[in-house]
Amino acid sequence: MARWLAIVMWAMLSVTHAKDAPPVAADPVLEARMQRIAVELRCLVCQNQTIADSPAGLSDDLRRDIREQLQRGATDEQVVQYMTERYGDFIRYRPAMKGSTIALWVGPLVLLVGGVGVLVFALRRRAKLAPDRFEPDDDDEAAEEVR
Amino acid sequence: MKSLRFIIPLAIFLVLVGFLAAGLKLDPRAVPSPLIGKPAPGFTLPRLDDPNTAVQRDAMLGKAWVLNVWASWCGPCRDEHPHIVAFAKSKQAPLIGLNYKDKRDDAQAWLKQLGNPYDLSLSDLDGRVGINFGVYGVPETFVIDKQGVIRFKHVGPMTPEVLQTRIVPLLKELNG
Repeated sequence: MARWLAIVMWAMLSVTHAKDAPPVAADPVLEARMQRIAVELRCLVCQNQTIADSPAGLSDDLRRDIREQLQRGATDEQVVQYMTERYGDFIRYRPAMKGSTIALWVGPLVLLVGGVGVLVFALRRRAKLAPDRFEPDDDDEAAEEVR
Repeated sequence: MKSLRFIIPLAIFLVLVGFLAAGLKLDPRAVPSPLIGKPAPGFTLPRLDDPNTAVQRDAMLGKAWVLNVWASWCGPCRDEHPHIVAFAKSKQAPLIGLNYKDKRDDAQAWLKQLGNPYDLSLSDLDGRVGINFGVYGVPETFVIDKQGVIRFKHVGPMTPEVLQTRIVPLLKELNG
């Protein structure tokens, strides 16, 4: 019985696997380059996915476009340029460094430095305060008793 | 000095509220098109009703016109269709349909069933012209001026508001 069941299950498995995977481009080097560019580009239909892993029809088309451009000898930069000309900076997961994007790049650093600055300032000020400005800690008393 | 301790956090909070309120109104799907103010990409496409006749972009030079990207498989296109028909009836500008990644038969059946507002529709079977126009969500609508420069783009179904407040005034300006 178990053996018979195994045969049926094996048969079902082979049925579900019967559909071939779509053929990868003939040139694996080119395909790898296409993938490398596609993971840098945002799919505008499903915006939190890259063009490399989005199943949207537009991403299919854009991957085809990238492939064709690479075949024609375009550089990676030229392909990204081509995409930004059509879809804007938004298509790039790593936006170009320029006037309108400077806050994106520098903002976190400014916040970090500012935060550390405020922290240092506050700690320094507290260090100068007299001990009676603070509430006594519980373990201060414990230390007192031990002594 | 003492009151500053309360005013500063309150001020920071209010600024934050301001940013968040502005953020709520932004539509993350409305991607600003880099093509606004640039010449419309060139194309040579077959007519939907007559695949043997091709139309080029430059045939449209000299008049302001509206390009509406649509497809029979696109649900929101059905929603905007009555507004597009109403706009076409007002005869304010030539209305060209870009039939995006559609099957010719399906597209023609769709027009027959719902009515055809377009002066003519062009078949972009593989979506390449769509990519050049930066199309990412059908329906999309472009206003293109006499010199062939894209002046306005609307992504998503057309609404009477957008027609009345943006497109009609812009066409008056361009034709004026």
